[in-house]
Amino acid sequence: MSFKDGPFQDLRVPLTWTAAAAAVIALIIAFALFASGHKVDAAKDGYTAVRGQFAETVAPVSGVISAPVSWTGGAVNYVRGYFFAVSENRRLRARVSELERWRDAAIALKNVNERYESLLRLRTEPPIPMVTARVVTDARGPFANARLVDVGTAQGVKIGNPALSDRGVVGRVVNVSRSVSRVLLLTDVESRTPVLINRTNARAIMTGDGGPNPRLDYVRGQNPIQAGDMILTSGDGGVYPRGLPVGVVMKDARGVWRVRLYADDASIDYVRVLSFEDFGALADQVALSQSQPPPLNAADAAQVKNAAAARAATRLVLPAAPAPPAGAAAPGTTAAPAPGGAPAAPATAAPPAPRPRPPSTATPPRAPPAAAAPAAPVQ
Amino acid sequence: MNRHPSQPLQPAVWLGVPFLLAIVATFLFSIPLRLFTLALPEPVFPIVLAFAWAVIRPSVLGPFAVLFLGLFLDLFWGGPIGLWPLSLLAGYSLILLSRNLMVGQGPEILFGWYLAATGAAMGTAYLAILLTTGEAPNALGTVWQYLVTAALYPLAHYLIERFEDADVRFR
Repeated sequence: MSFKDGPFQDLRVPLTWTAAAAAVIALIIAFALFASGHKVDAAKDGYTAVRGQFAETVAPVSGVISAPVSWTGGAVNYVRGYFFAVSENRRLRARVSELERWRDAAIALKNVNERYESLLRLRTEPPIPMVTARVVTDARGPFANARLVDVGTAQGVKIGNPALSDRGVVGRVVNVSRSVSRVLLLTDVESRTPVLINRTNARAIMTGDGGPNPRLDYVRGQNPIQAGDMILTSGDGGVYPRGLPVGVVMKDARGVWRVRLYADDASIDYVRVLSFEDFGALADQVALSQSQPPPLNAADAAQVKNAAAARAATRLVLPAAPAPPAGAAAPGTTAAPAPGGAPAAPATAAPPAPRPRPPSTATPPRAPPAAAAPAAPVQ
Repeated sequence: MNRHPSQPLQPAVWLGVPFLLAIVATFLFSIPLRLFTLALPEPVFPIVLAFAWAVIRPSVLGPFAVLFLGLFLDLFWGGPIGLWPLSLLAGYSLILLSRNLMVGQGPEILFGWYLAATGAAMGTAYLAILLTTGEAPNALGTVWQYLVTAALYPLAHYLIERFEDADVRFR
């Protein structure tokens, strides 16, 4: 007996109601999916494997679709180069003339810098290996800015690796599979990048909002920024190495500081993925916190002693600050006891005690190269 | 797609084929192409289907087809999983609930409803991102994507004209 011949043969359910019920069920599923995913933090995203498998599947198709575009672009550039060879030649001659002066200055500065590094026994960061990748898809809407590139774990790419175009930083890898990676662009609404202003060395956080020009937030210092300043990665947080070019400061119509990205000036079909390791995270934090500063020679020790005495004398003539309530820290000191369980020393009695190091986290602030290296005695 | 008017309209025809075409169109518009330093627009093709399917007829399969299209967008564009299913279904549900008001209306009125459905979908996406990240997506970029998606209305109109009255069982 089929279902139609059974007791439910006269049952009629309005089609609109069943469709509405289906829509409600689909909405519940969609909401549950949305509540359980996280696109940037792979640790919080339960769909990393699904994303990776999907990217592996669509990347070859997108690669085939985008290949003619790449070829056409190459052909257009070839023809353009042929027709504009003379003007391009003039422009390049002027550029070479300008750059030769910079090259000479760079050689001299490099020489001096190497001598300083040698004298100070600085342990500089090693060169960062990189791998070139072709962009196969480009999502550029207001809610997601990402690119799929055709390199993955097989080429040594890891989550968090920075990606650059030939002009500047593009973004960082947030999802990786065997042969494909997804790069979250600096413009994405979830992108936060620690940067510094080259002219003043002031720090800021560059916040993407889905538009072409990310915003500068948390700019520190007095008048640290002006239109035209160059923005570099600061290296804070360990995601990007310090000093990668990002863009130029501009002010939008509402007076908000924004960044015109260098990466927008270049072709977007190829990027370089840096195999950058956060050396601050790799270093043994416990050993670093226990390391002693280098011993001073007699002359330096005398200078430090004199400076400390002068500072103490200066503070003693200042009016006394009101006594803090019991248990609270005095200004200039920390509330936590000094290492070893001793109470914090008064600020006016002696040079302030070294601040205890914060506990180690998953992504601690990156130490400068000199701090990451074991301290060497001063000659 | 040639068939006799007395034949029932199969879901593969009015749901399956547009479903695949929307995916292909999304692929095509994702290529990294710039013309005179301007990137291609990025319309949300599945909004066309979410609107047209709800107008053509109430269906049990329709919402789930919309759900899968949204999932495809999230995985393909690299957004948060569930963002576009939620947004597309918001637009679909609006049209499904208002369907009786649209019966027999001309294309101008339908275009107004299409704008409303697009606004509901993109407004939901905007709010979802705002609430989860605490960061408002770029308003200009959102308006631009809304406009290029609104420009796809002729496709929705074609689908409605093609399939709304195509099945004798629903006349």
